[in-house]
Amino acid sequence: MAGNRELDTATNTETTGHEWDGIKELDTPMPRWWLLTFYATIIWGVIYVILFPAWPLIHAATPGLLGYSSRVEAAKEIADAEAANAPLDQALMATDISGDEANPELLAYATAGGGAVFRNNCSQCHGAGAAGARGFPNLLDDDWLWGGTAADIEQTVTHGIRYEQDDDTRFSQMPAFGDILSSEEINQLVNYVRSLSGLDHDSALTQEGSVLFADNCASCHGEDGKGSYDFGAPNLTDSIWLYGSDPDTLRETITNARFGIMPAFQGRLSADDIRKVAIYVHTLGGGQ
Amino acid sequence: MLDGIKIAALGVMTFLFAMAANYGQEFVYQVHAVLLMLASAAAFIWAVRSTGSPKVAAAAPVEKGYMDEVVRYGVIATAFWGVVGFSAGTYIAWELAFPHLNWDLPWTSFGRLRPLHTSAVIFAFGGNALIATSFYVVQRTCATRLWGGNLAWFVFWGYNLFIVLAATGYVLGSTQSKEYAEPEWYVDLWLTIVWVAYLAIYLGTLVKRKEPHIYVANWFFLSFIVTVAMLHVVNNIAIPTSIWSSQSVILFPGVQGAMVQWWYGHNAVGFFLTAGFLGMMYYFVPKQAERPVYSYKLSIIHFWALIFLYIWAGPHHLHYTALPDWAQVLGMVFSVILWMPSWGGMINGLMTLQGAWDKLRTDPILRMLVVSVGFYGMSTFEGPMMAVRAVNSLSHYTDWTIGHVHSGALGWNGMITFGALYYLVPRLWHRERLYSITLVSWHFWLATIGIVLYASSMWVSGIMQGLMWREVDAQGFLVNSFADTVAAMHPMYVVRATGGILYLTGGIIMAYNLFKTAVGAGESTAPATTVAAE
Repeated sequence: MAGNRELDTATNTETTGHEWDGIKELDTPMPRWWLLTFYATIIWGVIYVILFPAWPLIHAATPGLLGYSSRVEAAKEIADAEAANAPLDQALMATDISGDEANPELLAYATAGGGAVFRNNCSQCHGAGAAGARGFPNLLDDDWLWGGTAADIEQTVTHGIRYEQDDDTRFSQMPAFGDILSSEEINQLVNYVRSLSGLDHDSALTQEGSVLFADNCASCHGEDGKGSYDFGAPNLTDSIWLYGSDPDTLRETITNARFGIMPAFQGRLSADDIRKVAIYVHTLGGGQ
Repeated sequence: MLDGIKIAALGVMTFLFAMAANYGQEFVYQVHAVLLMLASAAAFIWAVRSTGSPKVAAAAPVEKGYMDEVVRYGVIATAFWGVVGFSAGTYIAWELAFPHLNWDLPWTSFGRLRPLHTSAVIFAFGGNALIATSFYVVQRTCATRLWGGNLAWFVFWGYNLFIVLAATGYVLGSTQSKEYAEPEWYVDLWLTIVWVAYLAIYLGTLVKRKEPHIYVANWFFLSFIVTVAMLHVVNNIAIPTSIWSSQSVILFPGVQGAMVQWWYGHNAVGFFLTAGFLGMMYYFVPKQAERPVYSYKLSIIHFWALIFLYIWAGPHHLHYTALPDWAQVLGMVFSVILWMPSWGGMINGLMTLQGAWDKLRTDPILRMLVVSVGFYGMSTFEGPMMAVRAVNSLSHYTDWTIGHVHSGALGWNGMITFGALYYLVPRLWHRERLYSITLVSWHFWLATIGIVLYASSMWVSGIMQGLMWREVDAQGFLVNSFADTVAAMHPMYVVRATGGILYLTGGIIMAYNLFKTAVGAGESTAPATTVAAE
């Protein structure tokens, strides 16, 4: 092969003498900087695998001289963070949150932590800004289904709503009136319910509607339609609607009823995190 | 006799696939059984029609010279699947920016179209490019015809049947949930058969070569074929729930399964998208530049270092997971050591232009090849950096990863393939030159600007996303919700999708240019261009 070596004039380098389909190769040595960097990474690698856990043996891997473990490190970071906030958490749990939040430092702490809990656990349904969505209550207004004091909210978050895995969950069930009332009667009810909040309605039908309402709905929603926290029964006289106030939606609601579920966060969040998020939601604007 | 066995076997297969279509438990299985039935029926008819033809007389002249018809088909398939894959990618990029484009339909949802995109660009576009160029290169550099006769056709058609099965499966919801290895068990089995045939052709051709040495491009191609065979078989070991079902259970459980998956996944990058394409680089760069390869020594050292090191790097996809620390550390260390071996390929590609740098001014094809090698160097620096655990804790699960992958895929794999196609088409169709060099320039700039938009928007988006996820206030509480990060990324998603449109437009221009070249438009013999310039 050596006999075929030739000098490449453009680079003043010899070729290797090989040739394939017209392609030749120069006999250039490996670039020095390349080789040295390659060696340097190898040396770094050898040192690194001595310092850190690296080589699997029969029962366990080599632990490394530094004794590093990502699990230990993560557990330590969590423990440090919890220890740093522990006095505030204890103070928070000792406070009666149904009264006025007297301590501004504690309130600031609880709303900051509660905001983080909310963004990671609640915003998926209630929205990042807590404005809710169809079927998911807006938490910024003062219209509450199950009560809007901090203690009420804490109860709701802890045990959920219609969440059957939790024995203490808030529970109620609206009947599906499609099985009880005729479609004409439901139509009368729709018009009556719309009249409660001053929406367009057929006045000719509200008379029968009001009778039907008193017989079928008032036990939960109240004589005046203002709802009840005991049953999670919405106030029907305001302009806030969870599923919608148009006649078709109301007809569907009355015919098939609604059964909104919120999971219990007990067991998923610590008691102090639940308290923080309850205080956070309470401060959003509509807390009672 | 052999013909008889072949015809009988194809007939039995057609019948069995008809049976499978009848017993199939899922719609997608039935669709695939019908597709396979039609494919074997077509092969059956072809076998019947070609049997009894005077073989000796007809075959003798064909056996001479290089087997280029299959390469021509491969080039057409590459250009076709390229446009399909880029379109799918651009569409899902717009879906991410405007989720309404999912249309609430299962078939057009991001979850189904995303594997369609990745498989179309990696396996359909990249795979056809690798098969076609490797067939072309191995014949030239071994100075011999492909070994195995019609087996090369089996590989081409069989591989493209695999792609059709995979693509239809994704859209209809069939997946074994392994990234870049989504097709179900029977599709995997079919690919295994095709791949073994590919390996046999390659080895057979190398064995009967007429050159004393094996050219470096062939080392890379061979390592790619061998390693992908191993990765594919091990990663796809699964137990079907029934022979009549498209569903299966993966053999490796839990974190072992994740490790096997990323051992596969990273080496799909390392051997499919790197070693195989380095094989292309080692042929087309010196050819187009008309210069000798820069350094023989460097090619030996970086080849062996690259293939030895890549296979260890997979665990860096599983940093800070249930994977034991020791495996994460090894994955990181080998990834960092891999940096220089990767750059060896870049140096050999770029420095081959010594004495021919001036050609970059006039030759957009060479410019594409060089930019491709440049992107290769950039992503193989970025890769080891992102494999460092501390960096990865920021970059993992963010768009930074997506940007990294695409600077490699669009820049390195895409550009080198475009360069190779522009090189091949005039030669394969015996044309004097390409239909239009101006259009190549347009393609070059559209693709380059598209990549820059893509990569830079994903850097911004990814690093912002990572920083927003870890942002905490003074007391250690998280500041942002996940939805906040999604909203913040929206403008970057629009920029990325715009980059995709540019890249896709370039691909369409290339397909047009190659088509016009192949049909002979713009040749000097054509009436319109018979100018007395020459």
